[in-house]
Amino acid sequence: MSQSETIISFRNVSKNFGSLEVLKNISIDIPKSQVFGFIGPSGAGKSTIVRTVNALEGIDGGEIRVDGIPVHAPSTDLNRLRANIGFVSQSFNLYPHLRVLENVALAPVKVKKLPRGEAEERSASILRTLGLGDKMDVFPTRLSGGQQQRVAIARALAMEPRIMIFDEPTSALDPELIKEVLDAIRSLLATGITMLLVTHEMNFAREICDTIVFMADGEILETGKPEQFFRAPKTGRAQDFLSAILNR
Amino acid sequence: MTMNWSVIYRNLPLFVTGVRMTLTISFLALLVSIPIGVIAGLFRVSRLRSLRFVAAAYVEFFRGVPLLVLLIWIFFVLGRFLRLTPYWSAVFGLGIFSGAFVAEIVRSGIQAVPRGQMEAARASGMTWLQAMRYVILPQAVRKVLPPMASQFIILVKDSSLVSVISIVDLSMVAKNLVATTFRSIEIWTFVAVLYFCITYGLSQLIALCERRFRMDH
Ligand SMILES: Nc1ncnc2c1ncn2[C@@H]1O[C@H](COP(=O)(O)OP(=O)(O)OP(=O)(O)O)[C@@H](O)[C@H]1O
Ligand SMILES: [Mg+2]
Repeated sequence: MSQSETIISFRNVSKNFGSLEVLKNISIDIPKSQVFGFIGPSGAGKSTIVRTVNALEGIDGGEIRVDGIPVHAPSTDLNRLRANIGFVSQSFNLYPHLRVLENVALAPVKVKKLPRGEAEERSASILRTLGLGDKMDVFPTRLSGGQQQRVAIARALAMEPRIMIFDEPTSALDPELIKEVLDAIRSLLATGITMLLVTHEMNFAREICDTIVFMADGEILETGKPEQFFRAPKTGRAQDFLSAILNR
Repeated sequence: MTMNWSVIYRNLPLFVTGVRMTLTISFLALLVSIPIGVIAGLFRVSRLRSLRFVAAAYVEFFRGVPLLVLLIWIFFVLGRFLRLTPYWSAVFGLGIFSGAFVAEIVRSGIQAVPRGQMEAARASGMTWLQAMRYVILPQAVRKVLPPMASQFIILVKDSSLVSVISIVDLSMVAKNLVATTFRSIEIWTFVAVLYFCITYGLSQLIALCERRFRMDH
């Protein structure tokens, strides 16, 4: 990977939930077009750290910049920022009162002010790419979990984001449905979009990530290439974590 | 004691005017209570403390005062200053009273929509108002229709209290007729049936709405 500019930067970021320090003085730079995998034990702060990037969580200290814009500054137009950041969580959160195509086209129409026809055309083509061409007129409750999650991915992509955040996108899915969602995420690699991926799918993380960030107790303990991290983790915490997860 | 139902059809025109008054007052009060209730309900879930406080105060106050007392107070105190006729005092009083209950229904409907819905909408760049309008409220509407139906039925029945400020609604017609004809059994039976017909029609209407709004069909 050639040296490229930073798209997301954390500078001494801290966050507390009451007296609990969830992020402790985090500093990290994420270059454009890279895939960053966040792994670590439950409660490490993985969800929290990725959710601060689009300000779904506030911070108590430090600064996060996306494309140079200070995310948590009061003057920042958060809605505009968020329109460029796709967010997919483990609970797909599709809008149950809207059909699949309407789910995907809603934000492009309301936020980007695209004409409905154009938004729906684009949404339909994304849905087809993700293998959902025959589900466009269906209500989300009629879909399997894997299909719902692919619709959620399509919904995020329809905004043409520069960054995609996935917070455990497969952890609510039955094992046989995981692959189709991983395939959908894998298909984004070619687009050069920057991705933050929180996951417990170690093989997948190893395969698609450029960098693995290992977190525990609100701190980043290791940052490195997947081959290096999975073969020879440096910290004891990471060694314990990997052996526990791989010997399951 | 023998029944004599002729008192009903001899006075049918009177009942018709009574029903008409009950219907129009209830309907106008409904029109007042829906916007008040929706706005107060939205205030209740607002991020602004001051709005939450105002709405909570409104709801607590009007839920806590008996409608009878409220109607009399509005007519004799507020009505004096604002030069409200009994008719508009009744509409206003019923509407604002019912609005407090509508507000609670709206609030609980909004809160029954899973948190992730607001989060997904906001994460896509929608403003709070857009998220409310396009994502939360359409789902909340489906959740609130059954309790709204009950509330509107209660509103129609509560409207029988407006006779205390000398509105000639269905109950007042009955009271007056009983006073002159002494046929209380026939008259009150008939009036009960009329109220039932109104409220039953209303619940059928709302059931129709519910079917139309069902999410996946
Ligand atoms: N809204 C909240 N209020 C209070 N504490 C919270 C809140 N959200 C998260 N926490 C706490 O913050 C810590 C970090 O949570 P976070 O969800 O970021 O962990 P995680 O690494 O994503 O874990 P998991 O793998 O279980 O998803 C945990 O101890 C959690 O209990
Ligand atoms: Mg998490």
